[in-house]
Amino acid sequence: MSNDLDVERIRQDFPILTRTVRDERPLVYLDSAATSQKPIEVLEAEAHFYRTCNASVHRGAHQLAEEATDAYEDARRRIAGFVGAADSDIVFTKNATESLNLASYAFSNATAKALHAPDSVDPRFVLRPGDSIVVSQMEHHANLVPWQEVCAKTGATLRWIGVDDEGRLELDSLDTIIDASTRVVSVVHQSNILGTINPVAEVMQRAHEVGAVGIVDACQSIPHMPVRVEELGADLVAWSGHKMLGPTGIGVLWGSREVLKEMPPFITGGSMIETVFMDHSTYAEPPKRFEAGTPMVAQAVGLAAAVEYLERLGMDAVARHEHDLTVYALDRLREMRGVRIIGPTDAKERGSAISFVVDGLHPHDVGQFLDDRGVAVRVGHHCAWPTCRRFDVPATTRLSSYIYNDTRDIDVAITGIRAAQDFFGV
Amino acid sequence: MNVEAMYQEIILDHYKHPRGRHLLDAPEGESYQVNPTCGDEVTVQVRRDAEGHLHVGYEGQGCSISQASASVMSEMVEGMDVANADAVRHAFVEMMHSKGAGEPDEDVLGDGVAFIGVAKYPARIKCALLPWMALQDAQVKAGIPSGEEGAGR
Repeated sequence: MSNDLDVERIRQDFPILTRTVRDERPLVYLDSAATSQKPIEVLEAEAHFYRTCNASVHRGAHQLAEEATDAYEDARRRIAGFVGAADSDIVFTKNATESLNLASYAFSNATAKALHAPDSVDPRFVLRPGDSIVVSQMEHHANLVPWQEVCAKTGATLRWIGVDDEGRLELDSLDTIIDASTRVVSVVHQSNILGTINPVAEVMQRAHEVGAVGIVDACQSIPHMPVRVEELGADLVAWSGHKMLGPTGIGVLWGSREVLKEMPPFITGGSMIETVFMDHSTYAEPPKRFEAGTPMVAQAVGLAAAVEYLERLGMDAVARHEHDLTVYALDRLREMRGVRIIGPTDAKERGSAISFVVDGLHPHDVGQFLDDRGVAVRVGHHCAWPTCRRFDVPATTRLSSYIYNDTRDIDVAITGIRAAQDFFGV
Repeated sequence: MNVEAMYQEIILDHYKHPRGRHLLDAPEGESYQVNPTCGDEVTVQVRRDAEGHLHVGYEGQGCSISQASASVMSEMVEGMDVANADAVRHAFVEMMHSKGAGEPDEDVLGDGVAFIGVAKYPARIKCALLPWMALQDAQVKAGIPSGEEGAGR
């Protein structure tokens, strides 16, 4: 095992990892692809905000309002810096699902407005029957269902890039699937179910060749590897805070300035306006145009503390640590009888979320045995039901590790899988 | 309580050797239920004969708890009159919502009492209830009077 991270030292920063579960067993948390645990720095940053300067931001003439606004905008600047972006290109949302809906609603809202006032919207967001939207066969439901809805509202057609038996995108078909009819291409950077890391820059380049808007779901990549958003080649990039040590209730949408500027708003109301009259309104410049209502200030402050924590560790070191753990876990799983990995079986271009099925055992029963040993994993379709169907499995068991895991955690999980096999006699 | 205690021998036996697993020739009502969090699926069919007895068919795929529960259900209610079948279903649903604290009546529930341990695991209660929810819904669709609690609707 490499020494990229001092896991013992890191674990001391996560109070929850000291608790026991199920009859005093130490908690072995291998469900970070669902949500990560939070270091004390994040918990304290959030609490400190509420204790010292809680107020509504961007309004009010008092000192607390000034301090709260500073804290919120400082968080935006630090989070932007983490991904090499300008702070004015960072939109705060509730979570990545909302970020992707914000993007998809730009198209359905612009299409609806164009029926009555064609000059009021940028034509690149207006969709018609005959247009196509392209996703992949390994999308999380959050990057699939919103596009199904856009198609239902506009008459556009949904297409997808297939996934091969190894869990890689079938890029040979890229030039035929993304063609002159394509107006949107939205794909995942790192699959939450297969672990595959996709060459999204290549997909985005093809999207731009045909004039489509390119979107990347970076939920599983930004927490786990160094990512500079502009290098993804996309117009919009969505991710969440809670998978990268941050609080729940905060997500991010990065957009190129030029695209954000032309996008119609999603949620409307206070804070996102420029002027309001009884019969119409004009809207603020991005990012405020997309942040209606009282924002998630304490959560943004917490997420800023999370990115500082990750920066202290160094994202290169985080990625190397996880790569080593992934190699170890894949080796252990591959040597087990009756275990089939769903997704790439080698650690190349692959993240630490590892799905597998066990012959003769339903994932729910595997998960129950792991839980009995204190091991927290995800079982089910991982909000990627069509991907499960692609591999002809009803569900999978998924191990997903992070900065606070080491090989001993994997070993406990492997022992639990063996115990389930023995108990069920498979 | 440990996991081995939850998976009673009776449950494993019904999982490995399901009883009455077939579809009916002429069902009067059918219900397909799925547990969207894990993908467990079950289809339950019902028919009532001239004497007012209930006949049940089912098939499905999923975890041991959901599939064993379907097998136990089929064995319990097959050929019962509707009122007795409803009483068994009510008793099973009540047991699953007991958090494992109740004393299930073996005279009413038969092999169904083996699921009392499952009631302590909130994530698995829906697995155990899935076929019973399908049974109630299939009865409603067949116009066979069923219990009052509104599951499946």
